[in-house]
Amino acid sequence: MANITERIKTLCPSATVEGYNIPVVTVDDDHWHALAKALHDDPELAYTYLVTIVGMDWTDSLGAIYYMMNTDADRILGVKVLAKGTREQPLITSAADIWKVATLYEREVYDFYGIIFLNNPDMRRLFLNIDWVGYPLRKDYDANPDINPVSIESERQSDFTKVYSRSADGTVNCTEERIFQPEDFVVNIGPQHPATHGVLRFRTCVDGETVKKIDVYMGYIHRGIEKLCETLTYPQTLHFMDRMDYFSAHNYHHALCMLYEKAAGIEISRRAQVIRVMMDELSRIASHCLFIGTYCMDLGATTMLFYTLRVREQILDIMEKTCGARMTFNYDCIGGVMADLDENFVADVKALLETIPANIKEYNTLFTGNVIAKNRLTDVGVLSREDAIAYGVTGPSGRASGWACDMRKLQPYSIYPELDFEEIVATEGDSMARFQCRVREIEESAKILWQLVDNIPEGEYCVKVPKVLKLPAGSWFQVTEGCRGAFGLYLESDGTTKPYRLKIAPPCLPQAGVVDHITRGFKIADLITIGGSLDYIVPDMDR
Amino acid sequence: MQALFLDTTGVHTLLTETLNLQPWLAVTIECLLVGVGLLLVYSVLALIYIYYERKICAAFQCRLGPNRVGPWGLLQSIADMFKMLIKEIIHLQHIDRFLFALAPYLVIIASMLAFAVLPWGDGLQIIDFNIGIFFLIAVSSIGVLGILLAGWSSNNKFTLIGSLRSGAQMVSYELSIGLTVLTMVCLAGSMSVSDICAEQSDLWFIFKGHVPALIAFVIYMIAGTAETNRGPFDLPEAESELTAGYHTEYSGIHFGFFYLAEYLNLFVVSGVASLLFLGGWQPLHFPGWDTFNGIMDYCPGTVWFLAKCFALSFVIIWFKWTYPRLRIDQLLSLEWKYLLPINLFNLVLMVIVIVYGLHF
Repeated sequence: MANITERIKTLCPSATVEGYNIPVVTVDDDHWHALAKALHDDPELAYTYLVTIVGMDWTDSLGAIYYMMNTDADRILGVKVLAKGTREQPLITSAADIWKVATLYEREVYDFYGIIFLNNPDMRRLFLNIDWVGYPLRKDYDANPDINPVSIESERQSDFTKVYSRSADGTVNCTEERIFQPEDFVVNIGPQHPATHGVLRFRTCVDGETVKKIDVYMGYIHRGIEKLCETLTYPQTLHFMDRMDYFSAHNYHHALCMLYEKAAGIEISRRAQVIRVMMDELSRIASHCLFIGTYCMDLGATTMLFYTLRVREQILDIMEKTCGARMTFNYDCIGGVMADLDENFVADVKALLETIPANIKEYNTLFTGNVIAKNRLTDVGVLSREDAIAYGVTGPSGRASGWACDMRKLQPYSIYPELDFEEIVATEGDSMARFQCRVREIEESAKILWQLVDNIPEGEYCVKVPKVLKLPAGSWFQVTEGCRGAFGLYLESDGTTKPYRLKIAPPCLPQAGVVDHITRGFKIADLITIGGSLDYIVPDMDR
Repeated sequence: MQALFLDTTGVHTLLTETLNLQPWLAVTIECLLVGVGLLLVYSVLALIYIYYERKICAAFQCRLGPNRVGPWGLLQSIADMFKMLIKEIIHLQHIDRFLFALAPYLVIIASMLAFAVLPWGDGLQIIDFNIGIFFLIAVSSIGVLGILLAGWSSNNKFTLIGSLRSGAQMVSYELSIGLTVLTMVCLAGSMSVSDICAEQSDLWFIFKGHVPALIAFVIYMIAGTAETNRGPFDLPEAESELTAGYHTEYSGIHFGFFYLAEYLNLFVVSGVASLLFLGGWQPLHFPGWDTFNGIMDYCPGTVWFLAKCFALSFVIIWFKWTYPRLRIDQLLSLEWKYLLPINLFNLVLMVIVIVYGLHF
């Protein structure tokens, strides 16, 4: 670690390094772009994967924290960039030319904090309406409903985007650029469309059946979870985790509880750890089963859905017995889990695990081996390893491109280091590889569950935690593995009972961002194939 | 002129002699009666088909299917039809009203005219003339016009893409259907539907024409599925891509017409397949097996015809609920690069078989 700090110091003498659980380098905007380029390009540092950009408002200044990762050497680094200029027009130089996914992340920061990223090719709002007044995550934001009334008019939209750049004399210029040309034939796929898996909208420019360009338009299910979290106490923020990627509800809960426990220094019992991991893996099987079913349905093979729902149904029954819910479980809590396991849990899980190999064989016979399915999936939407990293596509979709990005292996947490399971990595990077990666991950999750099902230790399921939880001042960042990829959480605490800033970095946002890149030149039907194979969940990206 | 299920001479005598009507008036009344009868059979059959498909699909999907309305859910499709009839027809703005309203009628007229040619039994068919099968191909092509009109006049991008897909698909697969029909017409030596049936009285064409007939049968079933816009060839209305394709903007009974025509086309395609390959209404006969043939004759021709149609429809429904959908370019290359050359080769093969008398 020390040599990296030194290296950064030589690259940028003015930078200061702080060490929380992850080192954070602070630079000003003038040195930022050169440092970013060095961090990305230097073969020794090679921070090629941008995990997230956390917008920040420290009331006296604005800024952004870029969290980046070197997945080969397993290192995370945060770079805190302080914005230049006034509070009315804070400026940061964009890193969109270095990490492609930054285009999207910087739009999010702009949307919430009003920080303008110079040279970002697409400086529009991401989630909020284009007429929205104010920047909601700023600490001085006025939430008066009269300023932003609920509109009953059709949403106004623009075919233009803005690009800000700095001229030689230091003044900031703004130029407007067209997203689509006037002669383009643009079809709205979504927000109400059976194959976008929620309210996501693709403005698709087509030439006959061929896709020329896609503009992803999101925010239809944006609920401002990050803003809401700032007004609630720590235990109250937990239940939002069920409402983002509702198929990874357990995994997300686990992640946030772990972050709070880390910050508060709470040690939880081994029984709770095992229960949490088992629930995570059960969720993963259920999630991937649903993926297989809905994906086949998108491709016209409707019957498959019912075959996969049988397994999912069995898992939901197991969870219902223990958690009392089938969808929004709210099961993990700070200190452990809410309730002890159901008495039939072990028997139920074993019964489930015994049916899985036969089921997977059936799925492969029905669909994977089918010649139409092969023609539809093979070589469609190829994502190279470099692009997967540059666009931050993690999870099974990234692993299908040959990028070993499983956070259970890279950033081991809970009891995962003790478990024996394989990280499924394919090299083709096409839709078929993404599909098969998920099928094989079901087998790996089953393997983990077999190791744990007979070894659930006795003990308390929840340790005592203070009734009013206060976290010490500081900041924490962690990345865990949801069902769909790397799930990042950033917490900044000012020592009170509420988070000062809780940033949620979902895996689905970059996956929606990469759709345009891998769909160009393919047919409209392939857009469904590709979008389905990425398996994004819209409430997860919109938050 | 022979009406469905009844001998018209009785009606004709009744009208001309007992009621003393002019012959032209009598014929007009008879035509109207036949038309009404056709419509009735048509709609009842569609209801039976909807129920039939739902039950089969449910069985494939480990479900029970309709089982709430009436015994075994038998009244479900009637309830659905009633719902469709009382639904509001939404009037859209900025559309070509005339063409928009015309499109569903074109589709349903095409399938109804084709329906009229099917041989339900010995002499039981509405139109029977010397180019019957040619007429069938001609009228079934009108359907694509309706679909193109529907897509174009709706003023919606999804319907436009759906109808263009449909146009490309139907024009292509019509070729395959035409060529397989031609192959079988070669074997029959006639284009008249009743003659084709009569030719098969000793042995069905699928056995008589052995290899080329079998190839033609397989191609016909594939092309027929594509003609009816059903899965895996349901691209014009690909639900997950184009929401509902060309009929996205239709509601109420206008949508009902498309829905009805889809099921009836399924019946027509199966009916033509049974006419060309499985002897139409002819019972299963083998030359020389007199006792067996005698037993088979106990079952009336209409039952044979319906049984064949339902069996073949089962296969087409089976396709739909098993296979994923093709992509438009794969669909077209299947037709132009594979089915069409095979078909042409098969036609030559059939001619050789006939010329050298190699058939049974």
